[in-house]
Amino acid sequence: MLAPTSHPWTSDQTLAEHLEDRGVSRREFLDLCGKLTAMLGLASVVTPRMARALEQMRRPSVVWIQLQECTGCVESVIRTSEPSIGDLVLDTISLDFNHTLMAAAGHAAEAALHSAMEANAGQYILVVTGSVPLKDDGIYTTIAGRTAKEVLEEAASGAAAVIAVGACAHWGNIQASNPNPTGAVGVSDIIRDKPVVNIAGCPPISDVVTATVVHFLTFGRMPALDIDGRPMFAYGKRIHDQCQRRAHFDAGQFVDGFDDEGARKGWCLYRMGCKGPASFSPCPIFQWNVRTSWPIGAGHPCLGCTERRFWDTMTPFYERLPQVAGFGVERRVDVFGGALAIGVTAGVAAHAAATGIHRARQRKQLPVMQKPPQDAEVNRGQD
Amino acid sequence: MARTKLVVDPITRIEGHLRIEVQAEDGRIADAWASSTQFRGIELIMQGRDPRDAWAFTQRICGVCTVVHAIASLRAVEDALDIRIPANANTIRNIVLGMQFIQDHVIHFYHLHALDWVDVVSALSADPAATSNIARSISPWPNNSATYFAEVQDRIRRFVESGQLGIFSNGYWGHPAYKLPPEVNLLGVAHYLEALDWQRDVIRVHTIFGGKNPHPNFLVGGMASAINIDSTATINAERLTDIHDMIKRARRFVEEVYWPDLVAIAGFYKEWASIGGGVDNFMACGEFPEDDIRNIDSYYLPQGIILGKNIGEVLPYDQQLVKEYVTHSWYEYEAGDQVGLHPFEGETKARYSGPPTPWEYLQGEDKYTWMKAPRYNEMPMQVGPLARMLVAYGSGHEGARELVGEVLGRLGVGPEALFSTLGRTAARGIETVLLARRMEKWYDDLVTRIKGGDTATFNGERWDPSTWPASAQGYGYQDAPRGNLGHWIRIDDGKISHYQCVVPSTWNCSPRDAAGQMGPYEASLTDNHPLVDPERPLEILRTIHSFDPCMACGVHVLDVNGTPVTEVKLP
Repeated sequence: MLAPTSHPWTSDQTLAEHLEDRGVSRREFLDLCGKLTAMLGLASVVTPRMARALEQMRRPSVVWIQLQECTGCVESVIRTSEPSIGDLVLDTISLDFNHTLMAAAGHAAEAALHSAMEANAGQYILVVTGSVPLKDDGIYTTIAGRTAKEVLEEAASGAAAVIAVGACAHWGNIQASNPNPTGAVGVSDIIRDKPVVNIAGCPPISDVVTATVVHFLTFGRMPALDIDGRPMFAYGKRIHDQCQRRAHFDAGQFVDGFDDEGARKGWCLYRMGCKGPASFSPCPIFQWNVRTSWPIGAGHPCLGCTERRFWDTMTPFYERLPQVAGFGVERRVDVFGGALAIGVTAGVAAHAAATGIHRARQRKQLPVMQKPPQDAEVNRGQD
Repeated sequence: MARTKLVVDPITRIEGHLRIEVQAEDGRIADAWASSTQFRGIELIMQGRDPRDAWAFTQRICGVCTVVHAIASLRAVEDALDIRIPANANTIRNIVLGMQFIQDHVIHFYHLHALDWVDVVSALSADPAATSNIARSISPWPNNSATYFAEVQDRIRRFVESGQLGIFSNGYWGHPAYKLPPEVNLLGVAHYLEALDWQRDVIRVHTIFGGKNPHPNFLVGGMASAINIDSTATINAERLTDIHDMIKRARRFVEEVYWPDLVAIAGFYKEWASIGGGVDNFMACGEFPEDDIRNIDSYYLPQGIILGKNIGEVLPYDQQLVKEYVTHSWYEYEAGDQVGLHPFEGETKARYSGPPTPWEYLQGEDKYTWMKAPRYNEMPMQVGPLARMLVAYGSGHEGARELVGEVLGRLGVGPEALFSTLGRTAARGIETVLLARRMEKWYDDLVTRIKGGDTATFNGERWDPSTWPASAQGYGYQDAPRGNLGHWIRIDDGKISHYQCVVPSTWNCSPRDAAGQMGPYEASLTDNHPLVDPERPLEILRTIHSFDPCMACGVHVLDVNGTPVTEVKLP
């Protein structure tokens, strides 16, 4: 995506021919498809189908527009961590517009955008980072003298698919937090006539972006989404249910202060305000930056950045989810986490169904609560 | 001769949304306006929040300068609450921030700035063997064979011939201002590609200490990553080795690729050492404390002010002399448009008064940007690597003196060449070399302390809000990659009641002030500045990119009389 990192893929080649030129054997290619399949959480039976689809493709056009944002999502994708996926997938698209990396500026940049949209009308993938400020006629973000809303609507009109990357494009993020001075909203609040995939996180892990594009190119449709538009292959499970420190939670071994004995033994950060029990994210599995580590792995509680309104609902960041000491903590956290997420995800039961916790609860026939208990201080911040 | 009005919007290969308007006359720029076209209001959103959360909020001001605002915010809170962090935490912050500088500067040079000087298409006609000879003559970097450069060239040729030019579409290829021979263009393109892989590797230092990049995690009072050399889940020998290797790889790339490329390319563009000087005052708050932040003498890069290009005299820096004006910005002050306010007294009320969209021109409008105009003792100031290197040079910093002397000698130019577009780009390289070398010392300091049994990373004495005074205020500063950054915080009853940032790109992208003085971008564009072809404004990109603009950082607001954010109930 970023540059022709190897032999570029010319328009008269299939992917198979292109890979052969690059010295990638058929066996290696199938191996890579197998890894992609695993990452997407698909059965291995689809590997041959993925291989066929990728082989027959030509470089599809990707238009990436940046609206009201901080460019952290572009920086994240630049550091895409799976080398084989970076080489194959990002190098196999034609990135026809991206403000951060493109050579042209001003009128020449605008011309590049419009010619890509015309030449690939109805075919290109639109990636959006950044929110859309609506207050005061949208004056709080303009590009080439036009508002972010106008730029988005025009770019989306001819797109085959829209991928909203990052919390800003997802729901508005920090600038949409109380009191939302610029009236910022997410892409799906503006684009109503076609499906929008939300890659949640501030920023998201680049591999999730990559895998979503692969999914679209392979199967001709976007991956299965939760009710907040997030791909299930990435956001289908809670951090708490995948966390390496989960055993310490179950054993009642907690960090009670930063740099204390528990911190130096890598115990559970729940009491330090960890929002893992209320957040759906692949952080513990995919990890960050060539799978080097992830926030909890580096000793800091999760901020819950994959969830809508986390700046209002998950703060103060160092205050724990409903305070329950000792026995029974697991049940309360589980109930609370699910309840907090309800309304923005596929719901408690659907998500919890895959987790060991839920199975344990079924065995014990504990109730699945649809709203948080009254004694919990749920109403942090104002919606 | 009549002037030609010109708009360049969007300025690409920067962070954020920047619009430059100029008037061109006889192949030169006669007047210029810099307009920032995005506003988010993050500081307003921070009111009423827990000060311990402030680093996370301010960090989201910018994802390119990702650790910068977080650390400035920690320092502001730690100043307000008089928190002293452990030596290990200070060293870890230096290592994290140091790698941010190194990685950010290299990305800027190759991925944001190089295409202003390197003609990708011209690289197609290079003789790879000649490129190999040039590469060997300037550096021991091992990827230097004719075979290697032929492969890169073949890759580019096939890419161009594909007809799908992607990010290289509509570049100003073949513009007469491109001066490099094809062989050097090919060298630049090869290293553009190598730097993409390199930056992804070395930034993992942030992931080890902060869990991810962009936007790694921090902690008021220290760092959250505990040290225990006998645990699998903490900073241990395996993690330290990984960090040390990244530091070594970072230094090698900087010394053997970035620095030689920079000097070689600069040699073909010496005329840019007399173009784009602009504002001749420079400000550095200093960075990399090697002792407690309050010990200013311990900073690796010193603090100070230089006025009127006088490197011989470095004046003390005093934050109380900072004021912001909104005379030409889309805000209003209660006392009118002519006054300037110190950040502790700052008030901001956004009031857009420009034309309806779509805009044709903003030039001629009284107010034309979301940037305020910060002034130091009523003067516009340049901030960033050039300001830091000038202050270091003037303060007798040995490393800075050696490298400045080296680059001036190799280019055969005098010290006045530093005050230019080329000078800003060269100073960034000098700074990167200095920091890439200093990282080794910080790493050694950390290991030495751990070896001696000191593994503390956090001071929790003031963690609990019950230990805080009812009211406190603090100033946190940082010389960030793009320059002097200040955060001013006031805390009342355990909550943020006032927060204000004055940011490097606010200094550099400032509009005119009440006295009509231009900001640095504007002043540079009108200082002996060519513009050969208004249809292809390559020269404007060179000078603007030499500042490494970061627009999301530059625009901020806090309404001191604003609505309280929210009533937060603690369990």
